[in-house]
Amino acid sequence: MTLTPSLKEAMLGAVPSLRAFAISLSGNIDRADDLVQETLLRAIANIDSFQPGTNMSAWMFTILRNLFRSEYRKRRREVEDTDGSYAESLKSHPEQGSRLEFQEFRAALAKLPPDQREALILVGASGFSYEEAANICGCAVGTIKSRVNRARTRLADLLSIEGSEDFGPDQSTRAIMAAGGRG
Amino acid sequence: MQTEVTQRKPRGRLGRDVQNKIGQQLRAMYDDVVNDGVPDRFVDMLRKLDEQKNGDPEPEKGSAA
Repeated sequence: MTLTPSLKEAMLGAVPSLRAFAISLSGNIDRADDLVQETLLRAIANIDSFQPGTNMSAWMFTILRNLFRSEYRKRRREVEDTDGSYAESLKSHPEQGSRLEFQEFRAALAKLPPDQREALILVGASGFSYEEAANICGCAVGTIKSRVNRARTRLADLLSIEGSEDFGPDQSTRAIMAAGGRG
Repeated sequence: MQTEVTQRKPRGRLGRDVQNKIGQQLRAMYDDVVNDGVPDRFVDMLRKLDEQKNGDPEPEKGSAA
């Protein structure tokens, strides 16, 4: 199969989300761009295994995810990669999160186990369904669901996001009043 | 797995407002990068691959020279 211009366009079209995914996984913008580049090269080299009519973006996410995981395993063998060193690497790249809000969030995200991090990003940010995320990660749908739930719970703890139960009744009261106001 | 969750947290599920807050922050962070678009580096890379191909044409079998 040849790489048609429309396939190439679809590949480039996936790049912005692939970068966002890669940065969320690696916490490092340079590594993320290298991952995206390697993903593009592999996608081009393996275009024969792409099934026409299927989701190009999901296919490329799978390639990038597998690249990251094999690299991560390699790195772990070389140097024990602790949460601490990972958080440090975030601090040394302030350009990737110019807004303090994101830096804090990224640091919290970096503390999640990779399994949970990728599941949460795929479902919560990339907009994939649980089924698509399960395909990308090569695991069961139920596994993705439980990883996403654990990731959310952990992030809520890390970021001290609390449920505003106190505001709940207020909001619904306001909603009722607003709805009643029409009559 | 189920027992582990119930043991750790008396109320197993996060409230919807907490989930929404996390979702909003996650998407804001993600979209911040998506909004960068496609960096030139990747467009250039694909163009160079094309040029390599065109500059070094495959011999066409059976075509008249």
